[in-house]
Amino acid sequence: MARTAIAPEEALQFNIPYGVTADSHLAWNMHMLVLAIVTAIGAGVFAVILWSLVRHRRSRKPEAARFSGSFWVEIVWTVAPVLILIGIAIPATRVLLIENAHTNPKVTVEIRGSQWKWHYSYVGLGINFFSNLAADSRGDVNPSTVAFYLRDVDHPLILPAREDVQLLITSDDVIHSWWVPELGFKRDVIPGYINRVDINIDQPGVYRGQCASLCGAGHAFMPIVVRALAPDQFQAWVKDQQATAVAQKNKAAAPWTKDLAMAAGAEVYGSICAACHQPDGKGVPGAFPALDGSPVVNGPLAAHLKIVVHGSTRNPAMAAWGKQLDNRQIAGVITYERNSWGNHTGTLVTPEQVETAR
Amino acid sequence: MTTDALHPSASGAGPVWRGWRRWLFTTSHKDIGTLYLTFSLIMFFAGGILAELIRAQLIQPGMRLVEPNTFNSLVSEHGLTMIFLAIMPALVGLANWQIPLMIGAPDMALPRVNNWSFWLLPFAAILLWSGFLMAGGAPDAGWTFYAPLSTKYGPPSIDFMIFAIHLMGISSVMGALNIIVTIINLRAPSMRMMDMPLFVWSWLITAFLLLLAMPILAGVVTMVLADRHFGTSFFNAAGGGDPVLFQHLFWFFGHPEVYIMILPVFGVISEILPTFSRKPLFGRVSMIYAIAAIALLSVIVWAHHMFAVGLPVTAQLFFMYSTMLISVPTGVKVFNWTATMWRGSLTFETPMLFALGFLFLFTIGGLSGLMLADVPADYQYTRSYFVVAHLHYVLVTGSLFGIIAAVYYWLPKWTGHRIDERIGRWHFWLSLVSSNLLFFPMHFAGLSGMPRRVADYAPQFAPFNLASSIGAFIFGASQLLFVWAVIKAIRGGEPAGDRPWEGARGLEWTLPSPPPAHTFATPPSPEVVRAEGPHGYD
Repeated sequence: MARTAIAPEEALQFNIPYGVTADSHLAWNMHMLVLAIVTAIGAGVFAVILWSLVRHRRSRKPEAARFSGSFWVEIVWTVAPVLILIGIAIPATRVLLIENAHTNPKVTVEIRGSQWKWHYSYVGLGINFFSNLAADSRGDVNPSTVAFYLRDVDHPLILPAREDVQLLITSDDVIHSWWVPELGFKRDVIPGYINRVDINIDQPGVYRGQCASLCGAGHAFMPIVVRALAPDQFQAWVKDQQATAVAQKNKAAAPWTKDLAMAAGAEVYGSICAACHQPDGKGVPGAFPALDGSPVVNGPLAAHLKIVVHGSTRNPAMAAWGKQLDNRQIAGVITYERNSWGNHTGTLVTPEQVETAR
Repeated sequence: MTTDALHPSASGAGPVWRGWRRWLFTTSHKDIGTLYLTFSLIMFFAGGILAELIRAQLIQPGMRLVEPNTFNSLVSEHGLTMIFLAIMPALVGLANWQIPLMIGAPDMALPRVNNWSFWLLPFAAILLWSGFLMAGGAPDAGWTFYAPLSTKYGPPSIDFMIFAIHLMGISSVMGALNIIVTIINLRAPSMRMMDMPLFVWSWLITAFLLLLAMPILAGVVTMVLADRHFGTSFFNAAGGGDPVLFQHLFWFFGHPEVYIMILPVFGVISEILPTFSRKPLFGRVSMIYAIAAIALLSVIVWAHHMFAVGLPVTAQLFFMYSTMLISVPTGVKVFNWTATMWRGSLTFETPMLFALGFLFLFTIGGLSGLMLADVPADYQYTRSYFVVAHLHYVLVTGSLFGIIAAVYYWLPKWTGHRIDERIGRWHFWLSLVSSNLLFFPMHFAGLSGMPRRVADYAPQFAPFNLASSIGAFIFGASQLLFVWAVIKAIRGGEPAGDRPWEGARGLEWTLPSPPPAHTFATPPSPEVVRAEGPHGYD
């Protein structure tokens, strides 16, 4: 297929990016140093072998020499590599100690991986959101028509540039791995562990990566996008988010109507449920059940509430969302599911009903 | 029953089975060697078909040849099949055929255990592959089946994989015991340990590694089974367990396993290079010590697979240093091989071509391994396609090229017919070019940010993947030439004579080709052992 690049995509690269953090620069320097050393060793060894292959072939050298060992040669080619290794180990140790050191961070973000999305919570700022694969990368699409195919999300992680940021990384289900090459590291996302990485991004910009550890069917479909903002812009963004949160709360005081529920539900569905059940509610045959026409969605409300709040007893991919979503979100998303696509139950689920189901 | 009825002796007394019974009941190391090698050849193609499907899926972004779940099954089954059912049985097959012939022994020391070791494998293969017919699909958590993806989240077929691994583990442990006992006890009386051929030495050390590693794997799969069905929480954080414990246990097996798959090949190369250089192996004693050093170091490097896990920095430093250290004895081997050829009188028959292919490409894999040991940079490399490139350089162009070299080298002995050098040369050059087209671009894919085991990818990785896929199709097709060459030699051809390679030394070359059913019923004389051993050049 001749690809005509009509949508933006990342540039073709052959090497690790130099990156935008002190750690990534150090990693890049170590990479280039060791690459140079192994290239030199390889070239030397190959040159000797090739020389032998050309000069010592039987047509040129009918009689082989008879030597079969040399004590001093063995000593030399045992000791020389050790010296080279020490030459690599010293800077590597220094860099490793720097990379594993902790700073005094201004901003702390908790990163939770789950099948197959990221959940970012800003500790102490009252901001948290899910980050999913962008809708235009989903399903059977032509990658050349999609901007940043499989490398774009609905809500990027927003971080301040030129400030110390602490990332606390953990998982809700299986092991994932959080990798943005420009930031210079990947770190496994492990249930029961909180991995701490401190970073300081040199310059504002958009940096892309993706999950790097096999985590199930959606492994290829949980990208990471980090947007680094100048510190003042970041502060403005935080204020804006907090104001939105207040507005949300005020809205919560408003009477619960079907329109409100459908709007809230559409948002939750798009950012969480669509990863598996698909935006059109058709699911993925064999892996994720369809909600369109589903007996649970069109049947008694109690069963529907139970599976959303407490998760599936049979299929661990269906998590217990009661812990992660509030009553209004769950009421909204169930209302949305029961009144979308081919489902016309007309049900309006209230936050009180969700509370009862908990 | 008499001893003769159990094990037909050289006198020909006792039952002689024919047809399928011969293969089912055989206790001959030669027949069992043939069974192992044939089985592993079939499994190479089975695992190869999975690899071709993977590469077809990845030929361009946006392909929907298979569902992502199925893709994960392909990746997992490809790895498990190639490691446990192709590479390892091939090496055991070579050991079966060659060790008794090379040490002047009448057979393996435990012939019926030998039979059982082999016949467990087809059943393990059936269990492992049965997942493709099950609801939920074949095992899909990678060949490393990390918990909790393989425990709470794994399909039912994981249980079948666990039992398959148990069977393969029992087979390997019995095979290893048999090899150790044979080498220690059945060697020609006048053959000193330090005069044993390098292939025998490498297998002796490998067998000890197998005894060490396999029980750990058996333990870890049993813990996975218990977590899945018996309510334990070994690897379940919510129950007080530890998912990282799985990785420590798995890689405590897994890293020695890597060397189990390469050390016997080191032995093969140390047989082939002197033959076609017409010159004794350089630094024989240091080559033996190097294998032993690699084996010892291989059990203290496991956590270099886990640098991204978030280990304490002191642990990362320890495993970085130990991993770097392993490149010293490996380097010694490469240097000694180079010195073996230096000022030799070289010819380039097919076994030599593959041995040279091994020497160049394994070295590339070894050097990228040194890069991976460098932890700060490994934070970028690990779990990326760079690792896929590295492991295929050491396993395909390393182990597999070595196994192919060994088969071409000893096939004239086994069949009595010379190989068709023309087919062999075509096979070599096509394999050499296509394997590099297949695996070299993976380095770039990984460095530029493509993770392993993804069913689809972003457009900037497309050129690398297209090259890899084309390489994969050519590489796969080229292996049919190997089958052709082997079948051709079995069916006929120029008689090989006792010593088809005039530069070859070793007791196996004192026997007729093909060797009769019973060889070395009386041990070779001290003069013959000396003339064919390392001192025979003096």
